Amino acid sequence: MDKTMELEIFRYRPEQDSEPTFQTYEVPFHTEWVILDAVNYIKDEIDGTLSYRWSCRMGVCGSCGMMVNGVPKLTCAAFLKDYTGKIRIEPLEGFPVERDLIFSMDDFIAKLKSVKPWIIRKEGEDKPLEEGEYLQTPRQLVEYQQYTMCINCMLCYAACPVYAHDNTFLGPAAIALGQRYNMDSRDQGRDQRQEAIASHEGIWQCTFVGECSAVCPKDVDPAGAIQRAKVASTIDYFKELLLPWGKKS
Amino acid sequence: MSVRHDVVIVGGGGAGLRAAIAIAETNPSLSVAVVSKVYPMRSHTVAAEGGAAAVIKDNDSLEDHFRDTVGGSDWLADQDAVELFVNEAPAEMIQLEHWGCPWSREPDGTVAVRPFGGMNIERTWFASDKTGFHMLHALYQTSLKYSPIVSYDESFATKILVENGRCQGVSALDLRTGKVETILASALILCTGGAGRVFPFTTNGAINTGDGMAMAYRAGVPLKDMEFIQYHPTGLPGTGILITEASRGEGGILVNKDGYRYLQDYDLGKPVQVTDPEHPVKKSMELGPRDRLSQAFVKEMERGRTIPGPHGDFVLLDLRHLGEKKIDKKLPFVRELAKNYAGIDPVYEPIPVRPVIHYIMGGVDTDTDSATSLLGLFAAGEVACVSINGANRLGSNSLTELLVFGARAGRAAAIFATQNPDLDVEALEKQGADEQDRIARDFIRKEGGTERIATLRREMNETMESGAGIYRSERSLRDTCDKLMELRQRFSNLLIEDRSLTFNTELTSALELDFMLDVALAIGQSALARTESRGSHQRTDHPDRDDENFLKHSLAFHTDDGVRIGYKDVVITKWPPQERVYGK
Amino acid sequence: MVRELTSVGVAGYSVFLLYLVYRLGQGSEAYDAAIGLIMSPASIALHLIALVLALYHTVTWFNVTPKVIVIHLGEERVPAFMIAGAHYAGWLAVSMIVAWAVLGT
Repeated sequence: MDKTMELEIFRYRPEQDSEPTFQTYEVPFHTEWVILDAVNYIKDEIDGTLSYRWSCRMGVCGSCGMMVNGVPKLTCAAFLKDYTGKIRIEPLEGFPVERDLIFSMDDFIAKLKSVKPWIIRKEGEDKPLEEGEYLQTPRQLVEYQQYTMCINCMLCYAACPVYAHDNTFLGPAAIALGQRYNMDSRDQGRDQRQEAIASHEGIWQCTFVGECSAVCPKDVDPAGAIQRAKVASTIDYFKELLLPWGKKS
Repeated sequence: MSVRHDVVIVGGGGAGLRAAIAIAETNPSLSVAVVSKVYPMRSHTVAAEGGAAAVIKDNDSLEDHFRDTVGGSDWLADQDAVELFVNEAPAEMIQLEHWGCPWSREPDGTVAVRPFGGMNIERTWFASDKTGFHMLHALYQTSLKYSPIVSYDESFATKILVENGRCQGVSALDLRTGKVETILASALILCTGGAGRVFPFTTNGAINTGDGMAMAYRAGVPLKDMEFIQYHPTGLPGTGILITEASRGEGGILVNKDGYRYLQDYDLGKPVQVTDPEHPVKKSMELGPRDRLSQAFVKEMERGRTIPGPHGDFVLLDLRHLGEKKIDKKLPFVRELAKNYAGIDPVYEPIPVRPVIHYIMGGVDTDTDSATSLLGLFAAGEVACVSINGANRLGSNSLTELLVFGARAGRAAAIFATQNPDLDVEALEKQGADEQDRIARDFIRKEGGTERIATLRREMNETMESGAGIYRSERSLRDTCDKLMELRQRFSNLLIEDRSLTFNTELTSALELDFMLDVALAIGQSALARTESRGSHQRTDHPDRDDENFLKHSLAFHTDDGVRIGYKDVVITKWPPQERVYGK
Repeated sequence: MVRELTSVGVAGYSVFLLYLVYRLGQGSEAYDAAIGLIMSPASIALHLIALVLALYHTVTWFNVTPKVIVIHLGEERVPAFMIAGAHYAGWLAVSMIVAWAVLGT
């Protein structure tokens, strides 16, 4: 082995450990290796008991998010060569740890569902399949396209101080995905999503720290999505206040 | 102890989710379970990039899509299945549009299409170059709307439960608790995807380990056409990360170490200048089919005209003439991947690429309703072989296949479940308990093994590449099959260090390897028996297509003495086999 | 997080301005006493701190405005620097008007 690197990895096996511990492993250094390659090396060659999630290793399945030296990262897209000294790997912050680097995603799945992330059409306004696609211009597509890029990797939740403080907060990805449908020209369901999105646990919890957008590996900009939802909800409020007889559009 | 649903789907990728929605829409009173070893949005459909084919434009025709697909398959596809597939494709794609898939658009708001390899006209719908990702997320998010759909996320199916000659459920290891659950079902649909991980160098994710194929095979269902493995011509050396065919559909070219467009030397037509408005010419040069392009690479390497690199030889995919604007608009993910994983920006430099294992045409033998020979068992997606892909799949047909046959499987399973509600619960629970015992005995509590999982897996990968790669021979295949038998022996001496029940990923790796060894041997034996060359199956000792003896599907059956190979006729309805011509 | 904290400073200074208005309402004597208080070195130091906090808050806020204000011209998104730049330009214009009003007359 030529050059090596040390990884200090969070270990927790609920059946045998009462407290999490850290275990240090020495792995070979290759310039083209990502952190996930090093973790796989440990699993394959040193310690088969290390548990973590991964699959596509090309930054699109969203499985391999971990805290790397305290920062949420997709480990398939974080290169060893960008680090010096011992690298500390922990499960994403803010979630209950199941084991080692694996955390529970139940909370997110429930929240995602609560924003109704699907196309909603008004009663009787569904277009029959025989009549073809809904027309949507490239201009209308770019309006929401950025928010479709979310891979549900949970890095934004791990970075969000609001979620860390109070996990009833709906959170960046779920709100961005709700907003994704709100801004889709084919959708008519914004009113139905407001219940979750404009609630106390929704957008108004967000103080616009912006960390979610900073760590997002896909440039979804959930912080932007949340602020835009706030602006839209505020406009709704004033419309209702000032034009109580009118319908909000 | 058991849980029960009317229909259980194993696998939460494109096909599985499409099937689940089809069932919920066909009969909302049925309870549907999706059992997936990962959260559904992690499924490998997510990694498909280029697009999904379906006839939508006025200048296109179903007949053309049919002929491209059959010709592309080297006449091994069943023509009744292909006809049905091309007919149902447009409505399925429009359905996905109605469910919110963010398809790229023309200025007038209609769906945009792009050219793809082996297709005579632009018919590939795309969502930038993340089509599979967008399709999967649209399906997943839409599936959340249907309350009859229950998810068993991170639940690893290990065995199909058969009683009285009928499939009646599945055993699944709940990764969170380590308990083997007995999930009873009146109908079961396998949507577990491919098996690219039996090879070392693949675009496939870690999860593509052929689980569904092996489970069906062990339950007595034959695996069809397993010798047909698709190499995608453009993967990044080292990682095997996919660089989509859309990059050639948009006009990218392949050149060798001299900057020469070498495909012209391999019966793929003559190049036209990249500045010519005719470029890229359909079904020609870079838009030839994947099997021929990957084979051309090997020949070019033998001539010493490829570029040597630390991860094997490569050629160059040049996109520079497309310009930054077009690359950013049509191929942003290609740019991101090339920058991150090859350290080059395709706007300024060509991308190093080489053929990489991408897709398996073969799979669980099904009919056009996605039904297998085992009553109550259905399969759809890459795990299945209907077959519409024959000896070589055309790029952008597989995403459409997920939808068409996922939906068909869902509807057929819903009907079957409605008509066959009675289950042999007691016997099934006994089987479930036995499966729990087997996993505890053979793995979790196993003592004294010495073989590391990774070692066996690596040796399996190596022998598959050396013996069952782009070009094979009797000799290479025999060596591979012998090696696989040796690995099967050594598997019984596996070392298991992890004794815990919670997320024991060493256990799941072992179970996956167990499945992969079965699938690998089925591939090897099927390839050994087919003494001809057709599509992606190229035998150096039998270089010609042999319609007289091999215009038929191989069937690999699991027996106590190993693999038994049988055959089944190809359905030819209207287009008898001809010479397969590109570039004319 | 730092930006959120600076808002405490900005809010505190707003309260102080309200206090001045209140004192002004109590007649010139009370107002002069308040002015005297402001001129003390401690007060000037506090003002400098408040200015730094307000500046930090303003600059970081303007820099995130492109997230909230998304304008597309055709399919192209108006780049972030132009949205933020427009805010800075507006700030400069208002500051010049204020400067003219205070110093110029």
